[in-house]
Amino acid sequence: MLRFVGKRLWNGSLTLFALVTLTFFVMRLAPGGPFSRNRKISPEVQANIEAAFHLDEPIWQQFGRFVWGLLHLDLGPSTRFRDYSVGDIIASGLPYSLTIGAWAVLLAAFVGIALGIAGAMRRNGFTDYAAGTVGVIGIAIPIFVIGPVLQVIFAVKLQWLPVGSWNDGWRSLVLPVVVLALPNIAYISRLTRASMIETMRENYVRTAVAKGIGPTRTLMGHTLEGALIPVIAYLGPATAAIITGSILIETIFALPGIGRHFVDAALNRDYPLVMGITLLYGALLILFNIVTDLIRAWIDPRLRNAH
Amino acid sequence: MPTDADALIDAAPIRHASTLELQFRRFRNHRLAMVSVWVLALIVLACFLGPFLFPFTGQDADFDNINAQVDLFSAHPFGTDDFGRDLLVRVLEGGQVSLTIGFLGAIVAGVIGVFYGAVSGFLGGRVDGLMMRLVEILFGFPYVILVILLSLLFGGGNIALFAAIVFTLWLTPAVVVRAQAQGLARKEFVEAARAGGMTGRQIVFEHIVPNSLSVVIVYGSLLVPEVILSESFLSFLGIGIKEPQASWGNLIQTGTSAMATDLRLLLLPGTLLAIVLFCLNFIADGLAEAFDPNDR
Repeated sequence: MLRFVGKRLWNGSLTLFALVTLTFFVMRLAPGGPFSRNRKISPEVQANIEAAFHLDEPIWQQFGRFVWGLLHLDLGPSTRFRDYSVGDIIASGLPYSLTIGAWAVLLAAFVGIALGIAGAMRRNGFTDYAAGTVGVIGIAIPIFVIGPVLQVIFAVKLQWLPVGSWNDGWRSLVLPVVVLALPNIAYISRLTRASMIETMRENYVRTAVAKGIGPTRTLMGHTLEGALIPVIAYLGPATAAIITGSILIETIFALPGIGRHFVDAALNRDYPLVMGITLLYGALLILFNIVTDLIRAWIDPRLRNAH
Repeated sequence: MPTDADALIDAAPIRHASTLELQFRRFRNHRLAMVSVWVLALIVLACFLGPFLFPFTGQDADFDNINAQVDLFSAHPFGTDDFGRDLLVRVLEGGQVSLTIGFLGAIVAGVIGVFYGAVSGFLGGRVDGLMMRLVEILFGFPYVILVILLSLLFGGGNIALFAAIVFTLWLTPAVVVRAQAQGLARKEFVEAARAGGMTGRQIVFEHIVPNSLSVVIVYGSLLVPEVILSESFLSFLGIGIKEPQASWGNLIQTGTSAMATDLRLLLLPGTLLAIVLFCLNFIADGLAEAFDPNDR
């Protein structure tokens, strides 16, 4: 087990290093620089600013400097938000992003699994069709369409909830979390339903039914355990979907999270900030994939012996 | 003079339907998927032919009718935006961009994935290990970040956007086809082909790729909505297709900034995008059902 974790962590850090290297060179090779938009400053001043951020050095030296800083957990100063280090900016935005992301995952898992089970237990019944409809809507209508529409309905017309920003406590959380959870509810309910139907055909479930322990205990003690394995495997990709979604959600609802910073930073060529957020997202994704695999191995004895 | 036997052969050419034909026949019985095909065809036709019915393009400003409201019997059936540009024509022209990128992107990503996967699975061994290692590393990347960075690298614009999307989406077909190719490489007919003196390249092109086709069609059909979604996602964030050129993504973006006063600018492109995505998902479902070998 320990060897498995170690190997995954090692592979993960290799992937992360490849990601960071690629990001570094892609950013530097992209046209434009962090200070090329300030047209009014004289060339001497521009050169001085660039020298202050070591942008005048050859690209390999810059890369070496970046890796060296990384080893000291120092991501350097942001080129756009003067006087703030990348660490400060991430530390200020991360709580918002994590709060929304965590609630969205919880909501998506709870509602998605419930819908999936309901659909599988009463196949082709009303609940099944209702759940299927929710699923199709969640997959087909993009976040950036459904988000603004809900904003208009619940914030502008009904005025139950704020349109955006983070000033109303839990009420400003409702819309972003629901919108972010929707596509994941869709995927999770579909996955749960398919997996439930497959598991209900298994011999051990038939045995449980045959020995007469009742539908609730069969479901809780036997069917769910088998049926949820693929759902847990979806946790990894779900993190990726939440990251993607949170970039949009934070833009639509004007929330001060790091997703919005990322787009701004990429557009303004704020190299250090882009590197920092990429590193964070990459690490989160890899970590969640490892955790997912571990939980799966713990639940599924067939996997436990494979490693 | 033809004999009786010749006539018999001519009269009754017993043609067996190929597997692919059977699968498409089954697809045609999937009602929701077939309806989606027709609706999608209608939208594609409307996007590519519709703008010709109007005497102006989506970039012509009509300064007498700025922010015109919906009036189905006027020159601007769905009104105009705040530059006086016709909304319907802009949405249709945006559809051309989104649909073209969607289908072309899926095809290109699919073709790259198929050949990468076929070669990797067929060769096996160390080459396979290396090729799959690369895929694994790319899979570990946060996809959005990669698309955003790549479209910046290529300098923005349609081609850059296209390249960035394709670059990030060929991975899934590659993995799927590789699994298929691994199975096929051990089959007797591939063994026979090798014994008969076919080169590796011939085997990949003539046996592995054609035999992976049905899997590719199923997964490829899922790529189309994904590409369209990526395109509009990026254009929405202001990274993809930029004004004055229209795409569904940037039209929706414009719509959201005016939504409190005028929902129409958001709803028309948003609804059309959602309908297209609905159709593509139903078609993908239908294809998956028709092509699933376990479900016969």
